[in-house]
Amino acid sequence: MSHPLRGRAAIVGIGNTRRWNAPGRTPFDQLQEAAVLALEDCGLRFDQVDGLFCAMSTSGLPVLNVAERLGIKPTYADGTMVGGASFLFHLQSAMAALEAGLCQVALICYGSNQLTAGGKLASMPDPQPYEAPFRPRYPISSYALAAARHMHQYGTTREQLADVAVAARAWAQRNPDAYARGPLTRADVLASRMVSDPLTKADCCLVTDGGAALVLTRAERARDLPRPPAYVLGVGVAVGHRQISAMPDLTTTCAVESGRRAYAMAGLGPRDVDHVMLYDAFTINTLLFLEDLGFCAKGEAGALVQSGAIAPGGTLPVNTNGGGLSCNHPGMYGLFTLIESVEQLRGHCSDRQVPGAAVSLAHANGGVLSSQATAILGTAATL
Amino acid sequence: MATDPRFDGPGPDAAYRQALSEGRLVLQHCGDCTATQFPPSLVCRACGGTRLQWRPWSGRGTVYAATTVRDRAGDYNVALVELEGGARMMSRVEGVPADAVRIGQAVQARIVAGEDPCVMYTPSSGDSA
Repeated sequence: MSHPLRGRAAIVGIGNTRRWNAPGRTPFDQLQEAAVLALEDCGLRFDQVDGLFCAMSTSGLPVLNVAERLGIKPTYADGTMVGGASFLFHLQSAMAALEAGLCQVALICYGSNQLTAGGKLASMPDPQPYEAPFRPRYPISSYALAAARHMHQYGTTREQLADVAVAARAWAQRNPDAYARGPLTRADVLASRMVSDPLTKADCCLVTDGGAALVLTRAERARDLPRPPAYVLGVGVAVGHRQISAMPDLTTTCAVESGRRAYAMAGLGPRDVDHVMLYDAFTINTLLFLEDLGFCAKGEAGALVQSGAIAPGGTLPVNTNGGGLSCNHPGMYGLFTLIESVEQLRGHCSDRQVPGAAVSLAHANGGVLSSQATAILGTAATL
Repeated sequence: MATDPRFDGPGPDAAYRQALSEGRLVLQHCGDCTATQFPPSLVCRACGGTRLQWRPWSGRGTVYAATTVRDRAGDYNVALVELEGGARMMSRVEGVPADAVRIGQAVQARIVAGEDPCVMYTPSSGDSA
């Protein structure tokens, strides 16, 4: 029995500004450009968009601001803000709204000027009085605590963490649009400045500007649009906590639950996936999500990565754009995982193309391993 | 005004701050499932119960995870400490070099007084790293 939402909606247009260092542009400028590109990609117009989905770290009322700027009069809107995974939460919401007939054309969009605004993570008004007195560096110290715990429980090494960054860079070198394409070795990562043990600067994602957008319609309409649709075969979301102190087991994220839901909807498992995007805000993320999404057993991701499996030429292509570590990371990166998945399914990735990619899994993370969302996309052949 | 008497009085955050400012180490216990929790809340995160009670606690804990924050002004520790009953608290272990704090280490809480009092830890005697 197929899930009633499996393959019912499709990503028909994508927009990516690729402006990773863009002085003089606001987050709204980046978002609007991406929205224009996404609509032009699928041949639809702003006056046809009636579902609006957005989240920003620089605006508390993004739906209102974006609707005004783009002249959209949405009949359905969702500004759910759960950090970098927000846009995959929006994807689930858009699928349900499209299927229920509450909207016909859904636009999911994001923009950021994080780099040119000063390079720090734009701080949201969300004080944490039970953490602030101890001055953890936010968000890296929370991820560092998870990495320390993973090393303690499973013998994961700093070398294995470094290999995550090296694999991401090797993919970035095949992507002319990646921001960081210079040589990077394991020794470089290990010699990088320690920020919050065991994570160095080279274990951290980039800080860039950027804008991204997706357009979704129901599958019937998608078939009549110019681009090959990327059908949403499955999606699943999960929320675990806000503060790292409330995460029950720092080595297991609720990606276990989001992944289980996405696989169940798609009727697929990890072995069916040709291409994987994992939100790599820090190197430990890639290890945790490889395990939690079933690509290896708990505790074995370090060895899997060390074997070369996720790098170019390996058995499991992961983060083929270069990831948040080497392609771009404008504050919230989730939408860019979906963009690369669609590009791979369209077969447009030249040097980094995964041959014959038909099923792609995109996974996004938000907060401090707090929110998790998994999407499984497929070509028409997978319906 | 008809309010629900179960929730009258100071909220959990205020009650916790008040206890610390009076020099009392306390921990929230669930009257339904016996779980302990931190940070304080109106509802038990384990069972959804609302019969939460403040009880004195020993201040004993164990380091669950630790990181050294590298800072120009000096490195310092940030740790997650596991408390009795399984609750966890972000804090700092002091009295040893930041990078000498170890997972599994036994630690003892003390109240750091001030306008916004908080809890920090030192290694338990006989368990210095």
